[in-house]
Amino acid sequence: MLKIDNLHAEVDGASGSKTILKGLSLEVPAGEVHAIMGPNGAGKSTLANVLGGKPGYDVTQGSVEFKGEDLFELDPHERAASGLFLGFQYPVEIPGVSNVQFLREALNSQRKYRGEEPLSGGEFLKLAKEKAGLLKMDMEMLKRQVNVGFSGGEKKRAEMVQMGILDPAFAVLDETDSGLDIDALRIVGEGINSIMRGQGKGVLLITHYQRLLDVVKPDRVSVLADGRIVQTGGPELALRLEAEGYDAVMAEAAA
Amino acid sequence: MYPQEPQWAREAIRAGNEKDIKMTEAQTLPTRRDEAWRYADIDAVQRLGTAALDAWQDIAVANGETWQDTMVIGTDAPELRRIRLTLGEGATAAIFVTNTGRDFTRVEVEVTLGKGAHFEFGGVTIGGGDAVREFVTTTIHAEPDATSNQTVRAVHWGTGTGNFLGEIKVARHAQKTDAAQDFKGLLLEAGASANAVPQLEIFADDVKCAHGATVGQLDEAARYYMAARGLSPEQSQRLLVQAFLGDAFVELDDEAAREKLLEAALTALEGASL
Repeated sequence: MLKIDNLHAEVDGASGSKTILKGLSLEVPAGEVHAIMGPNGAGKSTLANVLGGKPGYDVTQGSVEFKGEDLFELDPHERAASGLFLGFQYPVEIPGVSNVQFLREALNSQRKYRGEEPLSGGEFLKLAKEKAGLLKMDMEMLKRQVNVGFSGGEKKRAEMVQMGILDPAFAVLDETDSGLDIDALRIVGEGINSIMRGQGKGVLLITHYQRLLDVVKPDRVSVLADGRIVQTGGPELALRLEAEGYDAVMAEAAA
Repeated sequence: MYPQEPQWAREAIRAGNEKDIKMTEAQTLPTRRDEAWRYADIDAVQRLGTAALDAWQDIAVANGETWQDTMVIGTDAPELRRIRLTLGEGATAAIFVTNTGRDFTRVEVEVTLGKGAHFEFGGVTIGGGDAVREFVTTTIHAEPDATSNQTVRAVHWGTGTGNFLGEIKVARHAQKTDAAQDFKGLLLEAGASANAVPQLEIFADDVKCAHGATVGQLDEAARYYMAARGLSPEQSQRLLVQAFLGDAFVELDDEAAREKLLEAALTALEGASL
Protein backbone atom coordinates (compact mmCIF):
# COMPACT_ATOMS: atom_id res chain seq x y z
CA MET A 1 0.00 0.00 0.00
CA LEU A 2 2.88 2.32 0.90
CA LYS A 3 6.20 1.42 -0.67
CA ILE A 4 9.24 3.52 0.15
CA ASP A 5 12.31 2.69 -1.89
CA ASN A 6 15.84 4.00 -1.27
CA LEU A 7 14.54 7.38 -0.15
CA HIS A 8 17.07 10.19 0.23
CA ALA A 9 15.89 13.58 1.41
CA GLU A 10 17.35 16.79 2.68
CA VAL A 11 15.92 19.66 4.65
CA ASP A 12 16.60 23.34 4.00
CA GLY A 13 18.13 25.08 6.97
CA ALA A 14 19.73 28.37 7.89
CA SER A 15 23.16 26.95 7.13
CA GLY A 16 22.24 25.26 3.84
CA SER A 17 20.53 21.95 3.24
CA LYS A 18 21.24 18.89 5.30
CA THR A 19 20.73 15.28 4.24
CA ILE A 20 18.54 13.46 6.75
CA LEU A 21 17.16 10.41 4.97
CA LYS A 22 19.92 8.26 3.47
CA GLY A 23 18.41 5.37 1.58
CA LEU A 24 15.29 4.52 3.57
CA SER A 25 13.31 1.54 2.30
CA LEU A 26 10.11 0.25 3.86
CA GLU A 27 6.92 -1.39 2.70
CA VAL A 28 3.61 -1.36 4.53
CA PRO A 29 0.97 -3.58 2.95
CA ALA A 30 -2.76 -2.96 3.41
CA GLY A 31 -4.07 -4.27 6.71
CA GLU A 32 -0.82 -3.65 8.57
CA VAL A 33 0.17 -1.34 11.40
CA HIS A 34 3.89 -0.70 11.18
CA ALA A 35 5.64 1.05 14.05
CA ILE A 36 8.80 3.05 13.55
CA MET A 37 11.02 3.68 16.52
CA GLY A 38 14.41 5.27 16.70
CA PRO A 39 16.69 7.60 18.57
CA ASN A 40 16.32 11.36 18.42
CA GLY A 41 17.58 12.85 15.17
CA ALA A 42 17.25 9.58 13.25
CA GLY A 43 14.89 11.15 10.69
CA LYS A 44 11.48 9.98 11.94
CA SER A 45 9.76 13.35 11.66
CA THR A 46 11.57 14.09 8.40
CA LEU A 47 10.07 10.90 6.98
CA ALA A 48 6.59 12.08 7.99
CA ASN A 49 7.23 15.55 6.52
CA VAL A 50 8.53 14.14 3.22
CA LEU A 51 5.50 11.87 2.91
CA GLY A 52 3.21 14.83 3.60
CA GLY A 53 5.03 17.09 1.14
CA LYS A 54 6.02 19.80 3.61
CA PRO A 55 7.76 22.77 1.95
CA GLY A 56 11.48 22.87 2.69
CA TYR A 57 11.99 19.10 2.35
CA ASP A 58 13.58 17.94 -0.88
CA VAL A 59 13.69 14.39 -2.15
CA THR A 60 17.04 13.86 -3.87
CA GLN A 61 16.76 10.16 -4.66
CA GLY A 62 14.39 7.23 -4.36
CA SER A 63 10.64 6.85 -4.70
CA VAL A 64 7.44 6.42 -2.75
CA GLU A 65 4.47 4.56 -4.16
CA PHE A 66 1.10 5.04 -2.49
CA LYS A 67 -1.69 2.74 -3.64
CA GLY A 68 0.38 2.02 -6.74
CA GLU A 69 0.88 5.69 -7.65
CA ASP A 70 3.91 7.95 -7.44
CA LEU A 71 3.25 9.96 -4.27
CA PHE A 72 5.61 12.75 -5.29
CA GLU A 73 3.47 13.50 -8.35
CA LEU A 74 0.78 14.78 -5.98
CA ASP A 75 0.56 18.12 -4.17
CA PRO A 76 0.08 17.91 -0.39
CA HIS A 77 -3.70 18.44 -0.58
CA GLU A 78 -3.97 15.83 -3.33
CA ARG A 79 -2.09 13.32 -1.19
CA ALA A 80 -4.67 13.91 1.54
CA ALA A 81 -7.53 13.50 -0.92
CA SER A 82 -5.99 10.22 -2.15
CA GLY A 83 -6.35 8.91 1.38
CA LEU A 84 -3.08 9.77 3.11
CA PHE A 85 -3.51 11.26 6.58
CA LEU A 86 -0.68 12.87 8.48
CA GLY A 87 -1.02 13.09 12.26
CA PHE A 88 1.10 16.05 13.36
CA GLN A 89 3.55 15.92 16.22
CA TYR A 90 2.71 19.59 16.80
CA PRO A 91 -0.79 20.31 15.47
CA VAL A 92 -1.06 23.88 14.22
CA GLU A 93 -3.36 26.52 15.72
CA ILE A 94 -5.56 28.36 13.24
CA PRO A 95 -7.13 31.41 14.92
CA GLY A 96 -10.48 32.52 13.54
CA VAL A 97 -11.32 29.20 11.87
CA SER A 98 -13.56 26.75 13.70
CA ASN A 99 -12.89 23.01 13.69
CA VAL A 100 -16.33 22.41 12.23
CA GLN A 101 -15.80 24.80 9.32
CA PHE A 102 -12.25 23.59 8.71
CA LEU A 103 -13.09 19.89 8.74
CA ARG A 104 -16.26 20.21 6.71
CA GLU A 105 -14.41 22.12 4.01
CA ALA A 106 -11.53 19.65 4.16
CA LEU A 107 -13.79 16.60 3.93
CA ASN A 108 -15.89 18.02 1.12
CA SER A 109 -12.78 19.10 -0.74
CA GLN A 110 -11.45 15.54 -0.51
CA ARG A 111 -14.80 14.12 -1.58
CA LYS A 112 -14.93 16.43 -4.57
CA TYR A 113 -11.42 15.35 -5.59
CA ARG A 114 -12.60 11.73 -5.47
CA GLY A 115 -15.76 12.52 -7.43
CA GLU A 116 -18.08 12.05 -4.43
CA GLU A 117 -21.02 14.21 -3.38
CA PRO A 118 -20.36 16.77 -0.62
CA LEU A 119 -21.91 16.25 2.81
CA SER A 120 -24.57 18.71 3.92
CA GLY A 121 -24.13 20.67 7.16
CA GLY A 122 -26.44 18.29 9.01
CA GLU A 123 -24.78 15.14 7.67
CA PHE A 124 -21.37 16.52 8.57
CA LEU A 125 -22.36 17.41 12.14
CA LYS A 126 -23.76 13.93 12.67
CA LEU A 127 -20.50 12.39 11.48
CA ALA A 128 -18.40 14.80 13.54
CA LYS A 129 -20.43 14.04 16.67
CA GLU A 130 -19.98 10.31 16.20
CA LYS A 131 -16.20 10.59 15.73
CA ALA A 132 -15.79 13.06 18.61
CA GLY A 133 -17.67 10.61 20.83
CA LEU A 134 -15.28 7.85 19.83
CA LEU A 135 -12.38 9.92 21.17
CA LYS A 136 -14.46 11.12 24.16
CA MET A 137 -14.20 14.70 22.98
CA ASP A 138 -16.94 17.19 23.78
CA MET A 139 -18.72 18.48 20.66
CA GLU A 140 -18.29 21.99 22.09
CA MET A 141 -14.54 21.63 21.52
CA LEU A 142 -15.19 21.14 17.81
CA LYS A 143 -17.05 24.42 17.62
CA ARG A 144 -13.96 26.22 18.90
CA GLN A 145 -11.11 27.53 16.77
CA VAL A 146 -8.73 24.91 15.38
CA ASN A 147 -6.35 23.90 18.20
CA VAL A 148 -6.47 27.40 19.71
CA GLY A 149 -6.25 27.15 23.50
CA PHE A 150 -6.15 23.34 23.37
CA SER A 151 -3.76 21.59 25.75
CA GLY A 152 -1.11 19.31 24.22
CA GLY A 153 -3.26 16.28 24.95
CA GLU A 154 -6.41 17.88 23.55
CA LYS A 155 -4.58 18.69 20.33
CA LYS A 156 -3.55 15.08 19.88
CA ARG A 157 -7.05 13.87 20.62
CA ALA A 158 -8.41 16.42 18.13
CA GLU A 159 -6.00 15.01 15.52
CA MET A 160 -7.61 11.62 15.98
CA VAL A 161 -11.10 13.11 15.72
CA GLN A 162 -9.98 14.68 12.44
CA MET A 163 -8.69 11.31 11.29
CA GLY A 164 -12.01 9.71 12.19
CA ILE A 165 -13.96 12.28 10.22
CA LEU A 166 -11.69 12.19 7.16
CA ASP A 167 -11.50 8.36 7.27
CA PRO A 168 -8.20 7.96 5.39
CA ALA A 169 -6.90 4.77 3.81
CA PHE A 170 -3.47 5.26 5.33
CA ALA A 171 -2.26 7.21 8.34
CA VAL A 172 1.25 8.39 9.15
CA LEU A 173 1.13 9.28 12.83
CA ASP A 174 4.11 11.28 14.06
CA GLU A 175 4.48 10.88 17.82
CA THR A 176 0.76 11.06 18.35
CA ASP A 177 1.37 9.68 21.85
CA SER A 178 3.65 12.48 23.04
CA GLY A 179 2.06 14.81 25.55
CA LEU A 180 -0.72 12.39 26.49
CA ASP A 181 -1.52 11.25 30.01
CA ILE A 182 -2.20 7.55 30.65
CA ASP A 183 -5.97 7.73 30.15
CA ALA A 184 -5.71 9.89 27.04
CA LEU A 185 -3.09 7.52 25.63
CA ARG A 186 -5.49 4.60 25.95
CA ILE A 187 -8.34 6.59 24.38
CA VAL A 188 -6.13 7.68 21.47
CA GLY A 189 -4.77 4.14 21.00
CA GLU A 190 -8.26 2.69 20.92
CA GLY A 191 -9.24 5.45 18.52
CA ILE A 192 -6.46 4.41 16.14
CA ASN A 193 -7.64 0.80 16.38
CA SER A 194 -11.27 1.56 15.64
CA ILE A 195 -10.57 4.05 12.83
CA MET A 196 -7.59 2.46 11.11
CA ARG A 197 -7.81 -1.28 11.75
CA GLY A 198 -9.38 -2.94 8.78
CA GLN A 199 -8.93 -4.35 5.35
CA GLY A 200 -7.49 -1.92 2.89
CA LYS A 201 -6.11 0.35 5.61
CA GLY A 202 -2.60 0.87 6.86
CA VAL A 203 -0.74 2.81 9.53
CA LEU A 204 2.82 4.02 9.92
CA LEU A 205 3.13 4.74 13.61
CA ILE A 206 6.11 6.83 14.66
CA THR A 207 6.65 6.59 18.39
CA HIS A 208 9.23 6.61 21.15
CA TYR A 209 7.33 4.52 23.63
CA GLN A 210 6.09 0.99 24.08
CA ARG A 211 3.06 2.23 26.00
CA LEU A 212 1.07 3.20 22.88
CA LEU A 213 2.09 -0.08 21.24
CA ASP A 214 0.54 -1.97 24.17
CA VAL A 215 -2.81 -0.60 23.00
CA VAL A 216 -2.36 -0.44 19.22
CA LYS A 217 -0.34 -3.67 18.89
CA PRO A 218 1.70 -3.22 15.69
CA ASP A 219 2.15 -6.04 13.20
CA ARG A 220 5.70 -4.97 12.40
CA VAL A 221 8.28 -2.79 14.13
CA SER A 222 11.23 -1.08 12.42
CA VAL A 223 14.15 0.79 13.86
CA LEU A 224 15.15 3.99 12.05
CA ALA A 225 18.68 5.23 12.70
CA ASP A 226 20.75 7.78 10.80
CA GLY A 227 18.25 8.04 7.97
CA ARG A 228 17.82 4.33 7.24
CA ILE A 229 15.83 1.37 8.50
CA VAL A 230 18.41 -0.74 10.31
CA GLN A 231 16.20 -3.47 11.70
CA THR A 232 12.68 -4.80 11.23
CA GLY A 233 10.88 -7.37 13.31
CA GLY A 234 7.64 -8.28 15.03
CA PRO A 235 6.13 -6.57 18.08
CA GLU A 236 8.75 -8.25 20.31
CA LEU A 237 11.36 -5.87 18.82
CA ALA A 238 9.66 -2.91 20.48
CA LEU A 239 9.70 -4.72 23.82
CA ARG A 240 13.43 -5.44 23.48
CA LEU A 241 14.12 -1.79 22.59
CA GLU A 242 12.21 -0.70 25.66
CA ALA A 243 14.14 -3.13 27.85
CA GLU A 244 17.63 -2.87 26.39
CA GLY A 245 17.78 0.48 24.59
CA TYR A 246 18.60 1.42 21.01
CA ASP A 247 22.37 1.07 21.33
CA ALA A 248 22.33 -2.52 22.50
CA VAL A 249 19.77 -3.73 19.96
CA MET A 250 21.38 -1.85 17.07
CA ALA A 251 24.88 -3.06 17.98
CA GLU A 252 23.61 -6.59 17.82
CA ALA A 253 21.99 -5.97 14.43
CA ALA A 254 25.22 -4.54 13.07
CA ALA A 255 27.28 -7.46 14.33
CA MET B 1 0.88 73.18 32.20
CA TYR B 2 -0.81 72.11 29.02
CA PRO B 3 -0.14 73.75 25.72
CA GLN B 4 -2.83 75.99 24.47
CA GLU B 5 -5.58 74.18 22.62
CA PRO B 6 -5.23 74.49 18.89
CA GLN B 7 -7.79 75.99 16.58
CA TRP B 8 -9.33 72.62 15.64
CA ALA B 9 -10.22 71.88 19.22
CA ARG B 10 -12.00 75.16 19.79
CA GLU B 11 -13.81 74.84 16.49
CA ALA B 12 -14.76 71.27 17.16
CA ILE B 13 -16.22 72.17 20.51
CA ARG B 14 -18.15 75.00 19.03
CA ALA B 15 -19.28 72.88 16.12
CA GLY B 16 -20.27 70.05 18.41
CA ASN B 17 -22.35 72.41 20.49
CA GLU B 18 -23.94 74.26 17.64
CA LYS B 19 -24.16 71.29 15.23
CA ASP B 20 -23.23 73.67 12.53
CA ILE B 21 -20.14 72.85 10.60
CA LYS B 22 -19.19 75.19 7.81
CA MET B 23 -17.91 73.59 4.67
CA THR B 24 -14.62 74.77 3.35
CA GLU B 25 -14.10 74.72 -0.37
CA ALA B 26 -11.06 72.98 -1.72
CA GLN B 27 -9.23 75.59 -3.70
CA THR B 28 -6.30 73.51 -4.76
CA LEU B 29 -5.60 69.82 -5.08
CA PRO B 30 -3.67 68.19 -2.27
CA THR B 31 -0.08 67.08 -2.70
CA ARG B 32 2.00 64.39 -1.01
CA ARG B 33 3.36 67.05 1.31
CA ASP B 34 -0.04 67.10 3.01
CA GLU B 35 0.17 64.58 5.83
CA ALA B 36 -3.28 63.17 5.09
CA TRP B 37 -2.35 62.54 1.43
CA ARG B 38 1.21 61.30 1.73
CA TYR B 39 0.42 57.74 0.59
CA ALA B 40 -2.31 58.71 -1.87
CA ASP B 41 -2.19 58.24 -5.64
CA ILE B 42 -1.89 61.92 -6.53
CA ASP B 43 -2.28 61.29 -10.30
CA ALA B 44 -5.64 59.70 -9.57
CA VAL B 45 -6.59 62.61 -7.32
CA GLN B 46 -5.91 64.95 -10.22
CA ARG B 47 -8.14 62.84 -12.44
CA LEU B 48 -10.85 63.12 -9.78
CA GLY B 49 -10.58 66.92 -9.69
CA THR B 50 -11.67 69.44 -7.11
CA ALA B 51 -15.36 68.64 -7.48
CA ALA B 52 -14.83 65.24 -5.87
CA LEU B 53 -12.84 66.87 -3.08
CA ASP B 54 -15.71 69.18 -2.30
CA ALA B 55 -18.33 66.45 -2.24
CA TRP B 56 -18.60 66.01 1.51
CA GLN B 57 -21.54 64.04 2.80
CA ASP B 58 -22.65 65.69 6.06
CA ILE B 59 -24.52 63.66 8.60
CA ALA B 60 -25.70 64.83 11.99
CA VAL B 61 -26.82 62.19 14.48
CA ALA B 62 -29.07 63.73 17.12
CA ASN B 63 -28.74 63.19 20.87
CA GLY B 64 -29.28 59.54 21.78
CA GLU B 65 -29.86 58.49 18.18
CA THR B 66 -28.13 55.69 16.28
CA TRP B 67 -26.87 55.78 12.71
CA GLN B 68 -25.16 53.08 10.73
CA ASP B 69 -23.95 52.61 7.18
CA THR B 70 -22.34 49.67 5.42
CA MET B 71 -20.75 49.98 2.01
CA VAL B 72 -18.89 48.00 -0.58
CA ILE B 73 -16.90 50.29 -2.81
CA GLY B 74 -14.41 49.80 -5.58
CA THR B 75 -14.54 49.93 -9.36
CA ASP B 76 -12.03 50.38 -12.17
CA ALA B 77 -12.19 54.16 -11.72
CA PRO B 78 -10.75 56.33 -8.94
CA GLU B 79 -13.21 57.06 -6.18
CA LEU B 80 -13.32 59.37 -3.18
CA ARG B 81 -15.93 59.29 -0.43
CA ARG B 82 -15.84 62.01 2.21
CA ILE B 83 -18.17 61.68 5.15
CA ARG B 84 -18.47 64.20 7.95
CA LEU B 85 -20.32 63.02 11.02
CA THR B 86 -21.45 65.05 13.99
CA LEU B 87 -22.66 63.01 16.93
CA GLY B 88 -24.88 64.54 19.57
CA GLU B 89 -24.86 63.58 23.23
CA GLY B 90 -25.08 59.81 23.66
CA ALA B 91 -25.40 59.27 19.90
CA THR B 92 -23.87 56.28 18.13
CA ALA B 93 -22.58 56.07 14.58
CA ALA B 94 -21.05 53.08 12.84
CA ILE B 95 -19.52 52.69 9.41
CA PHE B 96 -18.40 49.38 7.92
CA VAL B 97 -16.67 49.35 4.54
CA THR B 98 -15.16 46.83 2.18
CA ASN B 99 -12.86 48.68 -0.20
CA THR B 100 -12.01 46.56 -3.25
CA GLY B 101 -10.88 49.43 -5.48
CA ARG B 102 -8.98 48.57 -8.62
CA ASP B 103 -7.91 52.20 -8.91
CA PHE B 104 -7.23 54.79 -6.20
CA THR B 105 -10.11 54.46 -3.77
CA ARG B 106 -10.24 56.56 -0.62
CA VAL B 107 -12.82 56.70 2.11
CA GLU B 108 -12.44 59.63 4.45
CA VAL B 109 -14.42 60.04 7.63
CA GLU B 110 -14.31 63.03 9.93
CA VAL B 111 -16.30 62.56 13.08
CA THR B 112 -16.94 64.91 15.99
CA LEU B 113 -18.25 63.20 19.09
CA GLY B 114 -20.55 64.79 21.63
CA LYS B 115 -20.66 63.83 25.31
CA GLY B 116 -20.89 60.06 25.81
CA ALA B 117 -21.18 59.40 22.07
CA HIS B 118 -19.70 56.34 20.34
CA PHE B 119 -18.14 55.97 16.92
CA GLU B 120 -17.43 52.56 15.41
CA PHE B 121 -15.43 52.03 12.23
CA GLY B 122 -14.64 48.72 10.57
CA GLY B 123 -12.81 48.73 7.28
CA VAL B 124 -11.20 46.27 4.89
CA THR B 125 -8.96 47.12 1.96
CA ILE B 126 -8.27 44.20 -0.34
CA GLY B 127 -6.74 43.90 -3.78
CA GLY B 128 -3.74 43.43 -6.03
CA GLY B 129 -2.68 45.26 -9.18
CA ASP B 130 -0.97 48.55 -8.46
CA ALA B 131 -3.90 50.41 -6.94
CA VAL B 132 -3.87 52.34 -3.66
CA ARG B 133 -6.85 51.94 -1.35
CA GLU B 134 -7.11 53.91 1.82
CA PHE B 135 -9.12 54.86 4.85
CA VAL B 136 -8.49 58.22 6.40
CA THR B 137 -10.28 59.02 9.63
CA THR B 138 -10.23 62.07 11.85
CA THR B 139 -11.90 61.37 15.15
CA ILE B 140 -12.50 64.42 17.27
CA HIS B 141 -13.36 63.74 20.87
CA ALA B 142 -14.78 67.18 21.61
CA GLU B 143 -16.69 66.32 24.78
CA PRO B 144 -16.16 64.01 27.79
CA ASP B 145 -17.09 60.34 28.10
CA ALA B 146 -17.16 59.53 24.39
CA THR B 147 -15.73 56.33 22.95
CA SER B 148 -14.45 55.35 19.52
CA ASN B 149 -13.24 52.07 18.09
CA GLN B 150 -11.66 51.57 14.70
CA THR B 151 -10.57 48.26 13.22
CA VAL B 152 -8.94 48.11 9.80
CA ARG B 153 -7.65 45.06 7.94
CA ALA B 154 -5.65 45.25 4.71
CA VAL B 155 -4.95 42.30 2.37
CA HIS B 156 -2.82 43.00 -0.67
CA TRP B 157 -0.79 41.35 -3.39
CA GLY B 158 0.85 42.38 -6.65
CA THR B 159 2.08 45.89 -5.97
CA GLY B 160 -1.23 46.81 -4.35
CA THR B 161 -1.32 49.10 -1.35
CA GLY B 162 -3.61 49.54 1.64
CA ASN B 163 -3.39 52.56 3.92
CA PHE B 164 -4.98 53.57 7.17
CA LEU B 165 -4.38 57.10 8.34
CA GLY B 166 -6.14 57.57 11.63
CA GLU B 167 -6.01 60.82 13.51
CA ILE B 168 -7.49 61.08 16.99
CA LYS B 169 -7.91 64.45 18.62
CA VAL B 170 -8.99 64.82 22.22
CA ALA B 171 -10.02 68.26 23.46
CA ARG B 172 -8.78 69.42 26.85
CA HIS B 173 -12.03 68.95 28.71
CA ALA B 174 -12.95 65.69 26.92
CA GLN B 175 -12.06 63.62 30.00
CA LYS B 176 -12.76 59.87 30.14
CA THR B 177 -12.32 59.63 26.38
CA ASP B 178 -11.71 56.03 25.32
CA ALA B 179 -10.38 55.77 21.77
CA ALA B 180 -8.96 52.67 20.10
CA GLN B 181 -7.42 51.97 16.72
CA ASP B 182 -6.29 48.60 15.45
CA PHE B 183 -4.67 47.96 12.10
CA LYS B 184 -3.41 44.68 10.66
CA GLY B 185 -1.96 44.20 7.20
CA LEU B 186 -1.57 40.89 5.40
CA LEU B 187 0.70 40.86 2.36
CA LEU B 188 0.34 37.87 0.07
CA GLU B 189 3.50 38.59 -1.90
CA ALA B 190 6.61 40.75 -1.91
CA GLY B 191 5.87 44.05 -3.62
CA ALA B 192 2.54 44.69 -1.92
CA SER B 193 2.47 47.20 0.90
CA ALA B 194 0.43 48.38 3.84
CA ASN B 195 0.85 51.67 5.68
CA ALA B 196 -0.58 52.63 9.04
CA VAL B 197 -0.30 56.16 10.32
CA PRO B 198 -1.83 56.64 13.73
CA GLN B 199 -1.74 60.24 14.90
CA LEU B 200 -2.80 61.26 18.37
CA GLU B 201 -3.29 64.77 19.67
CA ILE B 202 -4.43 64.61 23.24
CA PHE B 203 -5.09 67.65 25.41
CA ALA B 204 -7.11 65.99 28.18
CA ASP B 205 -5.29 64.11 30.94
CA ASP B 206 -7.74 61.36 31.88
CA VAL B 207 -8.10 59.44 28.62
CA LYS B 208 -7.42 56.02 27.13
CA CYS B 209 -6.07 55.99 23.59
CA ALA B 210 -4.87 52.64 22.30
CA HIS B 211 -3.47 51.97 18.88
CA GLY B 212 -1.76 48.98 17.36
CA ALA B 213 -0.44 48.18 13.92
CA THR B 214 1.11 45.00 12.54
CA VAL B 215 1.91 43.76 9.05
CA GLY B 216 2.58 40.12 8.26
CA GLN B 217 2.21 37.25 5.85
CA LEU B 218 0.04 34.16 5.75
CA ASP B 219 1.06 31.52 8.27
CA GLU B 220 2.86 28.89 6.16
CA ALA B 221 2.61 26.29 8.92
CA ALA B 222 -1.17 26.73 8.93
CA ARG B 223 -1.30 26.44 5.14
CA TYR B 224 0.66 23.18 5.17
CA TYR B 225 -1.52 21.83 7.97
CA MET B 226 -4.64 22.70 6.00
CA ALA B 227 -3.18 21.12 2.85
CA ALA B 228 -2.49 17.95 4.84
CA ARG B 229 -6.21 17.80 5.55
CA GLY B 230 -7.12 18.16 1.87
CA LEU B 231 -7.57 21.90 1.32
CA SER B 232 -6.14 23.34 -1.88
CA PRO B 233 -3.89 26.43 -1.72
CA GLU B 234 -6.87 28.58 -2.86
CA GLN B 235 -9.11 27.17 -0.15
CA SER B 236 -6.63 27.56 2.67
CA GLN B 237 -5.83 31.11 1.59
CA ARG B 238 -9.51 31.98 1.48
CA LEU B 239 -10.18 30.51 4.92
CA LEU B 240 -7.18 32.25 6.48
CA VAL B 241 -8.04 35.59 4.87
CA GLN B 242 -11.64 35.23 5.99
CA ALA B 243 -10.45 34.65 9.55
CA PHE B 244 -8.09 37.60 9.28
CA LEU B 245 -10.80 39.98 8.07
CA GLY B 246 -13.37 38.90 10.62
CA ASP B 247 -12.31 41.39 13.28
CA ALA B 248 -13.17 44.38 11.07
CA PHE B 249 -16.86 43.50 11.07
CA VAL B 250 -17.25 41.80 14.43
CA GLU B 251 -19.15 44.82 15.81
CA LEU B 252 -21.66 44.69 12.96
CA ASP B 253 -24.73 42.96 14.40
CA ASP B 254 -26.60 42.55 11.13
CA GLU B 255 -25.43 39.11 10.02
CA ALA B 256 -26.64 39.47 6.42
CA ALA B 257 -24.82 42.79 6.05
CA ARG B 258 -21.71 41.29 7.58
CA GLU B 259 -21.81 38.35 5.17
CA LYS B 260 -22.19 40.75 2.25
CA LEU B 261 -19.11 42.76 3.24
CA LEU B 262 -17.04 39.62 3.79
CA GLU B 263 -18.23 38.01 0.58
CA ALA B 264 -17.31 41.12 -1.42
CA ALA B 265 -13.82 40.98 0.08
CA LEU B 266 -13.40 37.28 -0.61
CA THR B 267 -14.65 37.70 -4.18
CA ALA B 268 -11.94 40.33 -4.67
CA LEU B 269 -9.44 37.76 -3.39
CA GLU B 270 -10.12 35.41 -6.32
CA GLY B 271 -7.14 35.41 -8.61
CA ALA B 272 -4.76 36.63 -5.91
CA SER B 273 -1.28 35.13 -5.94
CA LEU B 274 -1.09 32.00 -3.81
